[in-house]
Amino acid sequence: MTHPAPTSPDVTPVVSMDMITKTFPGVKALDEVKLDLYPGQVTALVGENGAGKSTTVKILTGIYKTDGGTIRIDGQPVSFTTPNDAANAGITAIHQETVLFDELSVAENIYIGHAPKMRFGLIDKAEMHRAASELLTEIGAPFSSHTQLRDLGIANKHLVAIARALSVDARVVIMDEPTAALSHKEIEELYELVETLKSQGKAILFISHKFDEIFRIADRYTVFRDGAFVGDGLIADIDEDELVKLMVGRSVDQIFPDRAKDIGAEVLKVVGYEHPTEFANINFTLNKGEILGFYGLVGAGRSEFMQALFGITKPSKGVCRINGDIKVVRSPADAVSNGIVYVPEDRGKQGAVIGLPIFQNITLPSLGRTSRRGFLKLAEEFKLAREYSERLDLRAASLDQDVGNLSGGNQQKVVIAKWLATQPQVIILDEPTKGIDIGSKAAVHEFMAELAAQGLSVIMVSSEIPEVIGMSDRVIVMRDGRIAAELSGDEITPETLVRHAAGITSSAEGKVA
Amino acid sequence: MMRFIPVRETILGSAILVLLLLVASRFAGFVAPSNLANVFNDTAPLIILALGQMVVILTRCIDLSVAANLALTGMAVAMINVAMPGLPIPVIIAIAIFLGAVMGTINGILVWKLAIPPIVVTLGTMTIFRGIIFLISDGKWVNSHEMSPAFTDFPRMVLLGLPVLSWAAIITIILFGIMMARTGFGRSIFAVGGNPHAAVYTGIDVGKTQFWAFVVSGALAGLTGYLWVSRFAVAYVDIAGGFELEVVAACVIGGISIAGGIGSVGGAVLGAIFLGVVKNALPVVNISPFWQLAISGSAILIAVAFNARAGRNKGRIILKEAEGAQ
Repeated sequence: MTHPAPTSPDVTPVVSMDMITKTFPGVKALDEVKLDLYPGQVTALVGENGAGKSTTVKILTGIYKTDGGTIRIDGQPVSFTTPNDAANAGITAIHQETVLFDELSVAENIYIGHAPKMRFGLIDKAEMHRAASELLTEIGAPFSSHTQLRDLGIANKHLVAIARALSVDARVVIMDEPTAALSHKEIEELYELVETLKSQGKAILFISHKFDEIFRIADRYTVFRDGAFVGDGLIADIDEDELVKLMVGRSVDQIFPDRAKDIGAEVLKVVGYEHPTEFANINFTLNKGEILGFYGLVGAGRSEFMQALFGITKPSKGVCRINGDIKVVRSPADAVSNGIVYVPEDRGKQGAVIGLPIFQNITLPSLGRTSRRGFLKLAEEFKLAREYSERLDLRAASLDQDVGNLSGGNQQKVVIAKWLATQPQVIILDEPTKGIDIGSKAAVHEFMAELAAQGLSVIMVSSEIPEVIGMSDRVIVMRDGRIAAELSGDEITPETLVRHAAGITSSAEGKVA
Repeated sequence: MMRFIPVRETILGSAILVLLLLVASRFAGFVAPSNLANVFNDTAPLIILALGQMVVILTRCIDLSVAANLALTGMAVAMINVAMPGLPIPVIIAIAIFLGAVMGTINGILVWKLAIPPIVVTLGTMTIFRGIIFLISDGKWVNSHEMSPAFTDFPRMVLLGLPVLSWAAIITIILFGIMMARTGFGRSIFAVGGNPHAAVYTGIDVGKTQFWAFVVSGALAGLTGYLWVSRFAVAYVDIAGGFELEVVAACVIGGISIAGGIGSVGGAVLGAIFLGVVKNALPVVNISPFWQLAISGSAILIAVAFNARAGRNKGRIILKEAEGAQ
């Protein structure tokens, strides 16, 4: 099988991957895929989770070896055996989590591995800082080459990574979800930088789950599905719907579940939560069966407040009433016993405890209910675990199987079963769909709606506007550690959300707190 | 239970059997039941300490102070015995366990409240405990003729065909088996080591669990302190010098992951018994002490390499998942 050439490229690709295959034990991660990157153009690599995007990046950067196919650079076949080969060929990657050294200065980070040398092979520090400053000015970085990396935020670390890419005279820059951890303003700055890189003739491979940014900055697209090439072409020739169809192989028209909204009495009332440095004056109520969205820019204090509500960090002031009774939540254990559970943003933190069997993972927060006089009753544990794993349709050979042997999706079910088994009243979901593909997102949304329908109250912290609008009954917008607005019904529009989150006060809609 | 006889323990058990057969082929008397009972009795202190160490390692910590704790407690109870020969042995044992637990508490608080890395904390307390022995004893020995007969005879007393020392190990094994499999504390230990972040969000206090792990390890070191000093009928500054490494080695050979979260009571016990058999068998078949050390060392490396390989296979699967989850 050969792939037809994309419509009349007016330039030859810098990098051309053809018929690339990569197999892992039991899984064909890439099956004869092709990918072309053109100088001065941004190519978006699009696909659901498991489509083979990360494998492609690892092959291009020399971390994985291919099992078949050819990589050509300027038309010449090459083979990468080490990451160094890829770097020498001018390919550099900026990762989701930037891979840099916190304890070194910006200049050292930029030039590590290829620092300018003087006699006896010693590093020429003066020259290194001079060259680094030049690069930083070029990309408009607001910090000096002497700054310690650990003092920089994520956005600025990205700038360092980009400066590093420029310092090795990279011709191909791979950006793997570069905007995942950035705020709105930082994303805008990144877009400008991408334009700069384009104007310098770099070929850019851009991996993202966000369609708005793909259509904003990409010139071309390549779609993979389940490790196979599906199609490529110019962004100008395609619209969002068609791209989604290529990606998932089916049309996704209704993303958000319809739900019969049956909102009951007040379950949680938060009064005057305050923290010396993170947030102040947080007041809100949450009702039975309600989904309450928390929207805001990154750094608005949403997660920090949720952690305080859950008892991980302590507020200096504040009262929380659960079903009308004042409760003191000093630790996560208090929160769980008061019916509040928190599914944090970080996947590693959400994760199952590898090494414990499935049923023990599920019963971990509910051990009080499965023990008699301090001793655990295995029969009770199995009963509880079976009940919730059946409810979630968990696929496992046996409940005393190690969680580590389950697939990612089933591990996630174990984690959710774990929380539901505590019979919570309030479930806090922090960025529940961050970084996952559209199909999985729909499943999470479906599930959230189901929880609310069963009478659970859901707090959903989310930075994705469609999700906030599609799922929430009410939305609280936070800005700079305070509640900027509480919106409900028709007030919840993209414009009002963005305006309150960014602090634009003209023609205020909704109740401004 | 399910984590009681998995693959790793079976392999280690078979290795011990092979070792016994090899020795038996040259000296059949070694595998006589009475001699095996002696070997077990000789290994009892190592088994007890390895179980305490296992709990600590499972929570992603390490306790290097166990041997020093043992020596200090041993010296303290020996001096108490000299001062008050009439004090009943159960009281002595209670004091030993209490003193050991206090030392474990010190380690635990430093790790929990001051968040000092466990290896640093216990390296420090190890030296301090040894120093205290010197201070309280003036560097002098407490010899057998100074100790009361009841004090020195107790671990040797035979009950149902086995000495008390062996029973101490057996009871510890049973208690730990129950604790690890059937109590919330045991479950927390695995959770804290397996995924500390998830444990926090589950309502488990990671620092507090580590604290209690150190207290448990300290209490067992204290108990072993009395058993050791009374069995050998002598107490001095350097007893059980370097024994903490043998304890850690028993855990590692027994498949307790040094990264925490993975391990079993059966593994720790078999690891200790393996070292005990090596130590007792080689002199019998005229192999020099140098080879003893070399064999123990190789066993550690083989065990770690084996576990690392098992871990790496798992890692591949996870990578595949990571691929899927991106």
